[in-house]
This record gives sequence, C-alpha cells and structure tokens, in this order.
Amino acid sequence: MILRFSSFILAALLLTTSLANSQPFIFTAIPDQNEAHLQERFNKIAGYLQNELEIEVRYIPVKSYAAAVTAFRNNQVQLAWFGGLSGVQARRLVPGSQAIAQGYEDQFFKTYLIAHSSTGIEKSAQFPKAIAGKSFTFGSKGSTSGRLMPEYHIRENLAKAPQKIFSKVGFSGDHSRTIALVQSGAYEVGAVNFKVWDKELAAGKVDPAKVAVIWETPTYPDYQWTVRNDVTARWGPDFKRRLTAALLAMKDPDLLASFPRQSFVKASNELYTPIADTAVAIGLIDAKK
Amino acid sequence: MLFNQGTDRVDTSAQALRRTSFWFAAIALLCLFCADLDVSTSDPWHELGLMAIGALSPSVWSWPTLLTSLANTFSFALQGVSLAAVSGFILALGYGSALVRSFCAFIRSIHELFWALLFIQITGLSSLTGLLAIAIPYAGTLAKIYGELFEEVDLAPASNSPTTKQPLTHFLYTVLPLAWRPMTIYTSYRFECAIRSSAILGFVGLPTLGFHLETALGEGHYSEAAAYFYALLLLIGTLRFWLQKRLLPIYLLAVFYYLPPEAQISWELAARFITEDIVPAPLRGDTLLAAGTFALFADWFSLLWQHQIWPGLVNTVLLGQISLVFTGLLALLLFPLNSPLFFRRWGRASGDGLLILLRTIPEYLLAFLGLLVLGPSMLPAVLALGIHNGAIIAHLVGRHSAELSLRADSSRGLNLYFFEILPRIYRQFLAFLFYRWEVILRETAILGILGISTLGFYIDSAFEEFRFDRALILILASALLNMGVDQLARRIRLRLHLKTAPESL
Repeated sequence: MILRFSSFILAALLLTTSLANSQPFIFTAIPDQNEAHLQERFNKIAGYLQNELEIEVRYIPVKSYAAAVTAFRNNQVQLAWFGGLSGVQARRLVPGSQAIAQGYEDQFFKTYLIAHSSTGIEKSAQFPKAIAGKSFTFGSKGSTSGRLMPEYHIRENLAKAPQKIFSKVGFSGDHSRTIALVQSGAYEVGAVNFKVWDKELAAGKVDPAKVAVIWETPTYPDYQWTVRNDVTARWGPDFKRRLTAALLAMKDPDLLASFPRQSFVKASNELYTPIADTAVAIGLIDAKK
Repeated sequence: MLFNQGTDRVDTSAQALRRTSFWFAAIALLCLFCADLDVSTSDPWHELGLMAIGALSPSVWSWPTLLTSLANTFSFALQGVSLAAVSGFILALGYGSALVRSFCAFIRSIHELFWALLFIQITGLSSLTGLLAIAIPYAGTLAKIYGELFEEVDLAPASNSPTTKQPLTHFLYTVLPLAWRPMTIYTSYRFECAIRSSAILGFVGLPTLGFHLETALGEGHYSEAAAYFYALLLLIGTLRFWLQKRLLPIYLLAVFYYLPPEAQISWELAARFITEDIVPAPLRGDTLLAAGTFALFADWFSLLWQHQIWPGLVNTVLLGQISLVFTGLLALLLFPLNSPLFFRRWGRASGDGLLILLRTIPEYLLAFLGLLVLGPSMLPAVLALGIHNGAIIAHLVGRHSAELSLRADSSRGLNLYFFEILPRIYRQFLAFLFYRWEVILRETAILGILGISTLGFYIDSAFEEFRFDRALILILASALLNMGVDQLARRIRLRLHLKTAPESL
C-alpha cells in the first residue's frame, strides 16, 4: 500500500511521452502559509477541478518558488498558484502564459515591517528611517512579500542597498521563521507577509510586548493562478475559459482555506506590471531587451 | 605504473605534524580577527522552549507520508552510492593523473543541492534527478578515497611480483586486495552521509524526509519536525544492524524496483539550457558578433566579480578556515566517546549515539539554534559546521583507535589520551580533517539564514533568480577554490605521509 502510494507521487512527477490525451492536467501551488500537509489538502483541490473540468487533474507538491517556476517552464505542470514575483518570472520564461485568477486578498496585499521592542521604534505612517543600522531579515529570497516589496521600499526611502543600510541582512526562508527570529531578538527588524502575521497574532503565537508592526507597505498585487498557453492544444480552445470559470466558482470554504483566500477574482498579466517593474528596479530580474 | 608517488620531500617527523597544525591554527586565528563574531540577542528562550517541547513530544501527522519519505530517502541514497562506487572506482584507476584528480575535485565541489537544481532544469523533478544529484558528487569523493588508498597500500607485493604487460591484472592481484577492506569501510560510511544528503534533497522538492522536515521547522511545527528527525536518526542509527553485506543485493534490487530512476529528458530543454540559459547574458542571441559585445561582457563580469565572486571567496575562506580548526579541536575532544580504549560496551554505545545525534542534526537547524542564542554572525555558522563535521571526524577517529593495541601496563585517563593515543592517531586525524576541508567549504552554502555571503549563498541566489549564467560562473569559481584546496591538501598529505588506512600494528 505504502509502496503504491509513493510510486503514485512519483508517477505524478514523471511525465510519460505516450498518448498525449491521456496525460493528466497537473498543477502546483505554493501557499504563503500552512505549507505542511499540502499533498493531502491539494488533492481535494485536484478533485474539485477534476469534477468541474471532467479531465484527470493532479497536484504535485513543490518546495520553493524556483522549483515551481522550473516545473511550469518545463511543462511538468500546466497551472500554478504563484506569488507575484514568481508569476512574473514564470510568464517571462513561458511566453504566452497568462495570469487568470487571483485571490480576493491579493488585490491589496501588503508587507509589514516588524521590530523587536528593544529597538524602541514605534509604529508610524511614515517609513521608519530609524531602522537603518539595525540587523534585518527578509523571508525567502524569491518571495514578493518577504523580499521584493520590502527591499523596494527600503531602497526608495533610504537610497541605498539593504547590505549598506543594515548591520546584518539575513534570509529566514519563511514568514513564520521571520516572526520567530525578530521576536527572539536574533534580528531586530524583519519583513513579513501581512496574512501570516495576522494569523499568528490571532493564534496567540506572537507576544506583542516583544515584537510589533512598525510600518506597512502600500498595497500591491500578489498571488495568482497562471496557466500555460499550450493547454488549449491539448484540452481544447475553450479550456482556459472553463478553467478560469472553475477557479472563480470555487466557493467551498474548506477548499479555499488551503490557499488561504476568501475567494478568487479575475486577473491579467497587466495587473502585475508594477511587480515586474519593481523587480527590475532592484535588480532581481533584467529589463527586457 | 598506475600511480605515481608524490615527488615532494617526505617528512614524517612529529615536528612536521606540529608545524602543520600550528600554521592551520595560526591562519584560523588570523581569520578570527577579520570575521564578524558579535553576540547579540535578547530573548531566545521562548522559541527554544517551543523547540524543546516539540523535541519531547514528537507527533506523526501522517504515517504513509512519513514512511514513504523514509523509503525515498533510503532509495536515493543507496542508488546514488552504488552508482558512485562503481564510477568512483573507475575514476580511481586513473587517479595518478592530475586531470582525473581535477575532474573529481570539480564534480565534488558542487553541493548536492546545486547538482539537483541543475538537473531539475533538464530532467525535471524526477527520480533520476535525485539519483544523479547524489551519485555525481559522491563519485568524485569516492574516487579520491579509493585513489588514495591505492597509493597507500604496501608496495611489496606489487614490486615483488613479475612485471606484466597487463597493468590492470597486476593491479587487481597486488593492490586491490590490500585496499579492499578500508574501501568497503569507507563506502559504507559514505552511505550514511548519502542518507543525510538524500534527506537534504527534500529542500528543493524531492520527496525525501527533508521536504517535510524543513517545512515543519520553518513553520514552527516542532513536534512534527521532531518525528521526521527521529525517523532519520533511527534510519542512520540502526544501519549497522540491518544493512549487511550479504543482504545488499536484495536491498539494491528492492530500491531499483521501488524507485526506478526515470525522467522524461527533453532534448529541447537540455539544448535551451546549454545554448541559452547558462550563456552569460551579454553574449546571448545574435549579439555575439556585434561590436561592443566584448565590452558588455567585461562589464558584466567585473560587476559579478566585485559584488559576488570576490566577497564570496573571502567569506568562504574565512568561514572555512575557522570552522576547519574548530572542527579539528572538537573531533579531538569527542573521539574518545567512540573509542573502546576509553569506554567499554554501553559507554561507547551511548557515546557513539551522541555523535550520531550531533552529526545527523542538519547544519541549518544547528545554525538556526545558534542564531537564536547568539544572534546573526559567523559564530553560529562556525558552531554549526564545527559540531556537524567534528562529530563525523570524532566517529571515524574513534573507530580507528579501536585498531590500536595497548600494552597491558598502559597508563589510564588523561595520560593515556595525551601520551599514548593522541600521538598514535594524530596522523589519521589530520588525514580525515583534510578530507573534510573541502566539504566544509562546500557546506558554507546552506547557511543563508545567517546572511553570510559565501560563494554558495550567491549560487543559491542566482538559482532563485533564474540567472543560470551567473550560477555557472560562481560554481566555476567555487570549483577552482576547491581544486586548489584539494591540491594543497594532497601535497600536505604526501609530504607528511598521512595515511587514511589504519596503521598496521
């Protein structure tokens, strides 16, 4: 039983060349929180899409933004739930691919700068210039909310690269870990995805006496579903429209909790132009030739 | 002649050993002055408390997930080491050639994670990717170990047997039988390392223990992380009981049946990777012949040099040299734990258990713990690398000390340690330490959480940004560093006549 289960996972990872039409439609997702138990939760999403689209749908778990983009680029997955930056990277690498839906919350996503109480920095509407000289941690290197947007605003307001502004710059790799590290004082200031912060605060994992939000970025568009263009060749010219409709029609709170989003709304590639421009501005991607 | 012996003057005096050790320590001290060793933290106890509670209350969320990732971890490791042993053996036959040695140093200078990231571009997230990511660097390592063992065997049988026109036959009858036993010991030890490597491949998405362990740790689900960690510990700790030579063929068949290495290799992807992705950005497309392309490339390279290659090299060497000496000190302190000369049965068993624990804790977890307690600096990195590698060398030195026989009236306690055992194992100890030298340099790559910008840190960033051209140049830079270190370690080894096989007494 166990043997079969694992070969199932790998079978999902391995694409066989024969019989194009019998190939399942495969997607992946990198949520911004609750990354544990993805396989179990996203198999339910696969079941939902399978019912709606009447084709075989599978989910494969992927660990990092980079791995998700690579799988998408190599056509190992045809649909992916990307972050803002990883979506931009994926669509640049796969011409013709489209952002079709985003989470309701992703229309106005934001990043919190959080600081340990020992810094004495209070919450302000203005960018807190007092963070200069402190130690600082981003989240994952490829994260929109944990890296791209905070770095952009830091450069905008302090006119230097983070390595020149802060005494130390780390990459915690994960939003929850950013909170843990700033709360312990290992890093004095950090940048964290607002949804993860709100959730951990509500769950009582944050001690407000030790760590607090000191600033929030202006809003920006974040996570989205991106689909490859060549799906129409395999599943019909109407496929993208039907897929979009199925995603937008997802109303079951149990399914939506996997992302976690309250619902999905329409999206387009153009919506993410500001993200692409920001990434170019801080040198994370090259300007288009 | 299959192998040429070094032409350096050999100096086997104790004074030469002392002098070498002194210079390494002196260089590490010098590095300490240049390194950032600030201690800064205020309140680690909350998080440490949560981790302690998690460690004491492991919980398995899903048994099928745990067991399949355990089986995958084992399969990748066994397949990888088997392939590496065969190809390492073939490479070792030519180890006298500087070209072969450089090639081996090159392939093992690239961290398993980076091999995996490279192969993912071509073979996707597949079982073949996992196999190759382990087999390639391990082939380089095993080739080195085998090659050096062949150089070390007693030359008497080889020089006393009639010369033949078939050097291979000559080798098979005079050298191989003498090197066989240490070869099998090392290969089985490397298998343990391969299990750890296999687990770590989960960090980039292969379905091994590291996949779930890293997720659980990142999100602070410490009870669940503990379950995965204990599973890994159990797998490694019990190897010697069930991984027996005569059962090996069965295990091999089983893992290849369970997880056949396969992938859809798309030649289109491979071609794109080679002709486009890894070509430096200014040289891509039809601009190659355009005027000014060379200037653009020079700019591109000089920026990369200033911002990443040079600082990366400096930090890698600083961190590497300090960690190397700390590793050595820790190994000398800890090896009696696994030595029958100091501890009998149960004492030694629990001592070795502690060493297994210390070397199985992933370095990035050690770094995270160090970061919580000491704040971000090179200090947690040195501790993480030192504890991990020190426990490995302590284990090996301890095991080798078992081969020494003591006189019935030998001294005890500290006197035994300092005046009898230490002098007799010091040569092997240094040999092991020089093996780990390049490993330590390579492992500086996965400590990005501490924000120490080593070469590996920049390689990781380049993969994250899909700048494979930069990744390739940085990988080449770290490979050159590794080859240099390998050359140096080899010269020292030949000069001091360090042996990796136990002294025959």
